[in-house]
Amino acid sequence: MKYTVNAKGYYGQFGGAFIPEMLYPNVEELRTKYLQIINDPEYQRDFHKLLKDYVGRPTPLYLAKRLSNIYNATIYLKREDLCHTGSHKINNTIGQILLAQRLGKQKIIAETGAGQHGVATATVCALMGMECVVYMGKVDMERQRPNVERMRILGATVIPALSGSMTLKDATNEAMRHWINNPTETHYIIGSVVGPHPYPDMVSKFQSIISEEIKKQLQEEIGNSFPDYVFACVGGGSNAAGAFYHFLDDEHVNLVAVEAAGKGLTSGESAATTALGKPGVLHGSKTILMQTDDGQVVEPHSISAGLDYPGIGPMHAHLFEGGRVKFISATDDESLKAGIELSRAEGIIPALESAHALAGLSQFKFEKDDVVVVNLSGRGDKDLETYIKWGKY
Amino acid sequence: MKNRIKTLLSNNKKGILSMYFTAGFPALKDTVTIAESLASAGADIIEIGIPYSDPVADGPTIQASNTVALKNGMRLSMLIEQVKQIRKTVDIPIILMGYINPVLQYGIEKFAKDAAEAGVDGVILPDMPMDEYLEHYKKLFDSLNLSNTFLISPTTSEERIRKIDQVTDGFIYAVSASSITGAKGKFEKQQLDYFDRIKNMKLRNPYLIGFGISNHDTFSMATKYGAGAIVGSAFVDLLKNSKDLKRDISAFVKSLKNGQSH
Repeated sequence: MKYTVNAKGYYGQFGGAFIPEMLYPNVEELRTKYLQIINDPEYQRDFHKLLKDYVGRPTPLYLAKRLSNIYNATIYLKREDLCHTGSHKINNTIGQILLAQRLGKQKIIAETGAGQHGVATATVCALMGMECVVYMGKVDMERQRPNVERMRILGATVIPALSGSMTLKDATNEAMRHWINNPTETHYIIGSVVGPHPYPDMVSKFQSIISEEIKKQLQEEIGNSFPDYVFACVGGGSNAAGAFYHFLDDEHVNLVAVEAAGKGLTSGESAATTALGKPGVLHGSKTILMQTDDGQVVEPHSISAGLDYPGIGPMHAHLFEGGRVKFISATDDESLKAGIELSRAEGIIPALESAHALAGLSQFKFEKDDVVVVNLSGRGDKDLETYIKWGKY
Repeated sequence: MKNRIKTLLSNNKKGILSMYFTAGFPALKDTVTIAESLASAGADIIEIGIPYSDPVADGPTIQASNTVALKNGMRLSMLIEQVKQIRKTVDIPIILMGYINPVLQYGIEKFAKDAAEAGVDGVILPDMPMDEYLEHYKKLFDSLNLSNTFLISPTTSEERIRKIDQVTDGFIYAVSASSITGAKGKFEKQQLDYFDRIKNMKLRNPYLIGFGISNHDTFSMATKYGAGAIVGSAFVDLLKNSKDLKRDISAFVKSLKNGQSH
């Protein structure tokens, strides 16, 4: 596995654990224990049982015939939108809450952008009877209001992040501050493949169930476990990490990551990290991030709260640098259109994050028998207000 | 040239007052005025913060000062020029403290060289991993006579404190509580137990206590244990509201050291 993390916590030049000393004991505890815990057969049994009975896995791999006709390819949708809570995020929160229990932690904190990770965290905390605090940018609380109330119904405390652009990056800063202030009994469930080692590796492993299932399902469906293409959107990159994971070493599978171009790459209002960023340190790991030449993190923009992040996970930075994954971007408008297109063609309203992955399809010329898997990471209910405001449907 | 931090600490000096403020705050050019005022008011060490957009270990006061400083147009290259200017009149130790990303973009090697040349004696980069420092930068820092300070906190294991002590040549920054920066007004019993624990470890290096030191009471309590203490947020608050930097800084430093109200 040449694309997985090395013993020092790095993916090539990216990764590591760039954290203040106050967080060192927590992160070190995780680092020394996570593999042993998650590889334990009893843990694996609990994890897979919950994924099956509670999350509803395996999620379908659905042949989208009408969408296939539009793009002249054989397009399958990996239906992560059908997971309990409406997105892939719960794969990771189930994994981490079981881990937190085994570490003896009583309290859970999380950051959230679109609210999907927040809801998935609040859900597993309710399930396990644990106290839950979720940080969410004030701007995101406004544009993803239904998710805020969902978290509250589930018993979580939602705290607005009021610094910076008041979006995902700032929510992550606040969650890290909370963790510094409450180091011993609290576990921080990071929602993406970002953060200090071992988070990127741990979250990738929990999400890797997505590509594990795709392989099996394709084998049953077409007698071959390898698609020609896998498309996924990338903010921090957790659904992409999961969808790519078991194909990384199979170089004949084209992996395509779609970033949020916002109002356009040159508009100054974008979140397309690999197009606009360069190496640096953000939220505890060395990765690619959008920044000024003085090293100040640039405020990102995307209509999709889940992609509105100025960095990407270190594994993705490595995959980008080595050329293993092709990174493209889709604008706000292109993604909204792709979301409506899927709604009309297949009767599925996608989350705006997933709509970016769909918007990537039009940038490729496929052969009719090309097998294309699009990871449909979440459902669009939370984004109705944004679709309505846009109004072009 | 001898490192001023090591000179200051060499004769087992007690009651050291280190003052932290953010470069370029409240106004861009205040960095120099504040440093000069601190030196003439009797502060022992000047710690200048390199502003950063995402200071995760800092509370609201220092976060806000970072935001203002960046809006003012502060940047690392400018700070190094300001240090040169400060060095024309100030001879107490100067430390630059900041998050690693602006330093990475400047280039760590270039930063170390330029900072040392400008008259900086030490650096504190709280999110620089120790292994990274030892593997890539310690040699360079040593050759430039630049001291690097690591943080420890109440949750740092004894084993790790020993390791930090071994690789430190200057002082250790003992964070007073498991917390981000910010004034608290007094210490809890468990903090005093932690200070005791470090004191009893008989470390090679002296240690300065920081985070939550805001007045004479906390300063004098901290200096009963450590060689000195660092005042940050409370000072930044004072700067924010000051109409006369020189006068207010002088009064604040005296009140910290002697307990007179200002």
